[in-house]
Amino acid sequence: MVTISVNGKPHQLDIEPETPLLWVLRDELGLTGTKFGCGIAACGACTVQVNGVAQRSCILQVGTVAGKEITTIEGLSTDGAHPVQQAWLAEDVPQCGYCQSGQIMAAAAFLKTHPAPTDAEIDQGITNLCRCGTYPRIKKAIHRAAALAAGQKA
Amino acid sequence: MIKPIAPDSLIPEAGFSRRTVVLAGLSAAGGLAIGVPVAQAAAPGYQRVSLTDGQAAHKEMTAWLVIDPDNTVTVRIPHQEMGQGTSTALAMLVAEELECDWSKVRIEYASANRNQRQDGKLYGGMQTVGSRGVRTSVAVMQQAGASARERLRLAAARQWKVDPAQCSIESGRCLQKTANRSLTYGELAPAAALIKIDVEPTPKTPEQYRLVGKWTPRLDTLPKTNGTAMFGIDAQVPGMVYAAVLSCPEFGGTLASVDDTPVKGRRGVVAVVKMKDAVAVVADRWWRAKTALDLLKPQWASGGNSTVDSAQLDKAYRDALDGPMVQARNDGDAAAALAQPGLKMVEALYEVPYLSHAPMEPMNCTVELKPDRVDVWVGTQAPMAVLDLAAKEAGVAPENVYVHNTFVGGGFGRRTQHDEMVHAIACAKAVGKPVKLIWHREQDIRRDRYRPQAAVKFTAALDAQNKPVAIDSKIAVGSLLHSLSGVRPPTGIEPMAVEVIATHAYKIPNDHVGVQLKNAHVPVMFWRSVGASQNTFFLESFIDEMAHAAGQDPYLFRKAMLDRPDYIGVLDRLAKESGWGTPMPAGRGRGIAVVDTYGTVTGQVAEVTVGADGKLKVDRIVAVVDCYHAVNPNTIAQQIEGGVIYGLTAALYGEITIKDGAPVQGNFNTYPLLKMSEVPKIEVHLNLSGGKTWGGIGEPSVAPLAPAVCNAIFAATGKRIRKLPLKYADLKSA
Repeated sequence: MVTISVNGKPHQLDIEPETPLLWVLRDELGLTGTKFGCGIAACGACTVQVNGVAQRSCILQVGTVAGKEITTIEGLSTDGAHPVQQAWLAEDVPQCGYCQSGQIMAAAAFLKTHPAPTDAEIDQGITNLCRCGTYPRIKKAIHRAAALAAGQKA
Repeated sequence: MIKPIAPDSLIPEAGFSRRTVVLAGLSAAGGLAIGVPVAQAAAPGYQRVSLTDGQAAHKEMTAWLVIDPDNTVTVRIPHQEMGQGTSTALAMLVAEELECDWSKVRIEYASANRNQRQDGKLYGGMQTVGSRGVRTSVAVMQQAGASARERLRLAAARQWKVDPAQCSIESGRCLQKTANRSLTYGELAPAAALIKIDVEPTPKTPEQYRLVGKWTPRLDTLPKTNGTAMFGIDAQVPGMVYAAVLSCPEFGGTLASVDDTPVKGRRGVVAVVKMKDAVAVVADRWWRAKTALDLLKPQWASGGNSTVDSAQLDKAYRDALDGPMVQARNDGDAAAALAQPGLKMVEALYEVPYLSHAPMEPMNCTVELKPDRVDVWVGTQAPMAVLDLAAKEAGVAPENVYVHNTFVGGGFGRRTQHDEMVHAIACAKAVGKPVKLIWHREQDIRRDRYRPQAAVKFTAALDAQNKPVAIDSKIAVGSLLHSLSGVRPPTGIEPMAVEVIATHAYKIPNDHVGVQLKNAHVPVMFWRSVGASQNTFFLESFIDEMAHAAGQDPYLFRKAMLDRPDYIGVLDRLAKESGWGTPMPAGRGRGIAVVDTYGTVTGQVAEVTVGADGKLKVDRIVAVVDCYHAVNPNTIAQQIEGGVIYGLTAALYGEITIKDGAPVQGNFNTYPLLKMSEVPKIEVHLNLSGGKTWGGIGEPSVAPLAPAVCNAIFAATGKRIRKLPLKYADLKSA
């Protein structure tokens, strides 16, 4: 048995502890917003937050995250009001959309440690892949989200 | 086991002429029934149509649109939304004519099954290829909207018992201003659906547009920001099990044997499924299927290509350039012109490797087989082809196949062929349950059907005034049709092999193009911008070589060979926006390339920096596009930016190499994609010249990227890049 907490809800699962968190989220819990891209932590489509830190769930064994708080795209906000989601909408970022859950989760975690990032910091901090090439809009949206979040705090 | 889907994507879609639409509407026995079959239309209009392949049951106005009592307008989209913005663009075209409230417009996929039951006459080919979404459907979408608007207006006049001339339309309402009253579209739709009109209304002319041409947010953004967008990989079917599959590494090899002892008794494992050239494990969870698959040691039988490697293929394509050629273009007499004395000769040989599509969502398919019905959940660019293939593999009639199309996590041409569905059906047959089969990333890249490897040799001549007098082009490239169908094109030519090189607009009096279609055992097919992607690299790089040999500015050299205003307009705008001709510091360079492809003229200027250590940085791309009309500048800008990045990924890194008959690269560590930190500043300028045609936008921007960058490298370093990817180019200062 593995007990994990996802989006504030505890789950007790009869599952091999070495199972990657990605497949637990998708196939046990039905949280399909988190995507499978590569299986080797190279693309970031599977990015979730573990205790607020962005992690690539395709190589993260579920047994290692027991007792930690896992947040997926479904739990980032209940109503899409998170500044990053609002910024993504305002900049109309997605194309195919497949990598975007991971991009948003990575950006939301990144902004916690970089509340007013420079372009160079975004380049270094956001390494998720996007085959459609939404990067220019992702960068704009991260700046917008930073401004939104700053405005909310003010 | 794996049979390619017939490559009907090459056959131009019949499209829907306005006349076809009008006739369909009028023949429909009084219903507002564009394309609705006679049997349905003979019944009272405004029927409830239940689309059993996943669409909600709707009372529909027509097969193309639904207006609900709450004034929601649902537009049925006959093409795939794979990120290129087609669904929003097509809905905009309908809404423009319908004059409805844009905030109430929704989209859903048109039903392939319903289309099949009407012999494909309802929604046509339904393919999403060749940047043709808007181009092939613009007329029918406009007519569907205009026709519905007019019937709604007439319905209001009837209800009020007034002259229709007194009734006008305003944002989803019909008004009688003199009586100060109005009715909503939702209120009028049931009656409007029954109205027959003698003359179909004429759609608007561009100067009347209020929505089309305006920067409009996409209709699919919200679900793509909160995790609710449904992709094929997200399909959930009650009782389903999961499958992971491994194909023979060598293309054309087969499964000799596999010992399933290592996975017997493993938790969750349902079956080991042996296929002709692959083995799958079916389990109660995908991860259990995949980990079990990794324990198997399948024995493969060679298909005769187990010693083939890329060095051999490189030589074979180069050697083919000296072999027999089939003529693809012949202006003047290039051979004679090139043989004249006293000319300045320019010669070069160019090469590109195989490329994988590598969409972010690996190929996957969920199937449920019943004796008389097959359901397929798959994100596809070709739902009618899926339907045919599923019918064949499962042994049911095509009209009993239901394709639940979903968003696709990247198409780029990849999702026109569905080898993974063949695997999924085999697994579902074996276990008697619904199966969700997912190709792991290595299977996805190693079982792709690639952009073909190619080599091209150019010979050109300049006269004493440095004007080009002749060009001879020899192309050796794999045939996509041959690879897909097993049948060699009988003429020895296919358009994808020679496009751009045989179709360019430059006025060179003597121009000969020959092609040798040469296939290796490696499967090839359509890759975003198809033949234009490699042929524009070849031709626009060589044109640059000619310009430099002529001692002329590459922009002006091109312009002097062109007489088309659209082309010249793009070049001039490029020069202006890029600051062409302004001095650049040492180590930096600017390159230009332009191409007419997919009905659109696209040009790019690249600015690069090359360090003394040879390190290349692409700093800036200025893109100018003439697609004649813009539906949504928002999504056009996305497509240009995305195409630049797709093209730059390929130019810098892209290659699939072959060793022991098998592809070497398998994941993003060996087949890298551009990262955010490597993205240049990209500027997009529309230079629309109007006219009768609407250009495509999903693919054109990929094509000029590589030559623009390589021409910029030449400007910066004097080094000419004739082989991609650039990661192998030695750019160090001498």
